[in-house]
Amino acid sequence: MVEWTDSERAIINGIFSNLDYEEIGRKSLCRCLIVYPWTQRYFGGFGNLYNAETILCNPLIAAHGTKILHGLDRALKNMDDIKNTYAELSLLHSDKLHVDPDNFRLLADCLTVVIAAKMGPAFTVDTQVAWQKFLSVVVSALGRQYH
Amino acid sequence: MSLTDKDKALIKGFFAKVSSKAVEIGHQTLARTIVVYPQTKVYFSHWKDLGPDSPNIRKHGYTVVKGVLDSVDLIDDLVGGLLELSELHAFRLRIDPANFKILNLNLVVVLGLMFPDDFTPQVHVSVDKYLALICLALCEKYR
Repeated sequence: MVEWTDSERAIINGIFSNLDYEEIGRKSLCRCLIVYPWTQRYFGGFGNLYNAETILCNPLIAAHGTKILHGLDRALKNMDDIKNTYAELSLLHSDKLHVDPDNFRLLADCLTVVIAAKMGPAFTVDTQVAWQKFLSVVVSALGRQYH
Repeated sequence: MSLTDKDKALIKGFFAKVSSKAVEIGHQTLARTIVVYPQTKVYFSHWKDLGPDSPNIRKHGYTVVKGVLDSVDLIDDLVGGLLELSELHAFRLRIDPANFKILNLNLVVVLGLMFPDDFTPQVHVSVDKYLALICLALCEKYR
């Protein structure tokens, strides 16, 4: 089981409490699709992904980004048992969506860059430590049911 | 994943904007690398103070990031241009190449943090490609 200090809980709750899920979700997913274009393979039914500009204006991608952030919210609300909270989601990504689990790390990295850009100097070194720990637990839980 | 003319233009333009802040970028990048990925401390066991505000971290962070920024002048032949640096990393420093990726991630986080409006996704992908090519060039002499 993952151990969280009070400070880590406070930092992660603090980040989410000030977050615009739509803005950050959209920006993170768009950045992932642009910086790591092979991730576009999972978005065949999402309309025009022709270049960075069309990706950034794509409403289906924006909506999906929001969905992802709400998914992370579930991990936030169940920080002491992310593994089981995400068991079904992990199976979905493995058996139905067939997403290479390495891609979770790529999206996580983009999320970190977008949040750092939003928070500026408030994204201190200690904040980054806690945030990346949270994301690594999420990424690990999402990959857990792959078989 | 080689650099297109568009990549090169975006990288040069962005680096011209950020180079005046190289000291701060370097400091933040190395400090975050060491604190967020503590396994990287093994390469700095000769320094007593490895706290994020240590003068050694500040100075060395600048050395590393300046290398990354200045290498833009060698962008048409990174492998050739970085041969000596590659020899240094291969034979003297012997840094496991996995750590280059860790440093790159922290550099990208710091660039996003310090230049949120300029570090657009389009600039990010070009810079990411450039950093990956620098890694390859640094690894050239490893084996």
